[in-house]
Amino acid sequence: MSVATTQISVQGSEPVFHVIDEHDHPEGASTMLGFWIYLMSDCLIFAMLFATYGVLGGNYAAGPAPKDLFDLKLVALNTTMLLLSSITYGFAMLTMEKSKIGQTQLWLAITGLFGLAFLGIELTEFAHMIHEGATPQRSAFLSSFFTLVGTHGLHVTFGLVWLVTLMVQTARFGLTTANRRRLMCLSMFWHFLDVVWIGVFTFVYLLGMLR
Amino acid sequence: MTSNSHADAHTLEANAGGHGHDDHGGAAHGSLKSYLIGFGLSVVLTAIPFWLVMTGTIADKAVTALIVLVLAAVQIVVHMVYFLHMNTRSENGWTMMAMIFTVVMVVIALTGSLWVMHHLNINMMPMHDMSQMP
Repeated sequence: MSVATTQISVQGSEPVFHVIDEHDHPEGASTMLGFWIYLMSDCLIFAMLFATYGVLGGNYAAGPAPKDLFDLKLVALNTTMLLLSSITYGFAMLTMEKSKIGQTQLWLAITGLFGLAFLGIELTEFAHMIHEGATPQRSAFLSSFFTLVGTHGLHVTFGLVWLVTLMVQTARFGLTTANRRRLMCLSMFWHFLDVVWIGVFTFVYLLGMLR
Repeated sequence: MTSNSHADAHTLEANAGGHGHDDHGGAAHGSLKSYLIGFGLSVVLTAIPFWLVMTGTIADKAVTALIVLVLAAVQIVVHMVYFLHMNTRSENGWTMMAMIFTVVMVVIALTGSLWVMHHLNINMMPMHDMSQMP
């Protein structure tokens, strides 16, 4: 601030409206903050979907209710998969900081397998529900259920695509600064999806069974 | 003034961080210990609500629902701190500011939607009854 004022007083005739001694930002310096803000906007999307489910979740249209559809054992298994994938990604980050490329790749692969298991179980559940006639068209409850849980599943799917992409990148170019930054972004994305899942299993499944 | 506050932030970080990284106001990192603590806590915080609902240990459903909600809120904070490394220092506090803003927006949107639609439902009831009348 003081610099700008000095500039004005020195030059006199031409006013300066910005601080000219802007320190240089190294490449990618603002990526993590920018990605965090993207995650926050994603958080708003999920908040809207939760609100929709909260409003419509009781409108069964004489169709099946949560108690008829949900299998808590399956949901518990699913939650375990996602939780385990979170900690294995954490291990991948720790080995990345030690620049152990082989171990990092191994932990990333394990994370991907847990993520794949999560998706498989979720798709099995969806297929089972649709087979029983509980399709998204059946009631407002099911429409909002499939939108909310499906959006989360879609995020996990894209997370897996991203994970595989980064594993290929790391295999080809090593743990470069750019690849480390990308892996850290995916780490935030992955842990963020786990946080959203806490909301899903609490509001949709557990409170649904209590209804 | 700008350079001074910058220098202060760096010294604060060096003092408070103390886990051998040069963050430079960037994103925070975790350690093996913090990941394991977070994992242990989240396993417990997931297992208890599932156990409560699956076994129906507490007869009163409202009490069970309240406990489940409180545990979920605690688990979200645990994940934020131990897995997403939320703190007031990373990115010079801007991640925290962005998150506080988001939480405010989410709370307004969620409570607002549920509150308004709940009252709408209540107010629609007499209309519904009247339509049943001959």
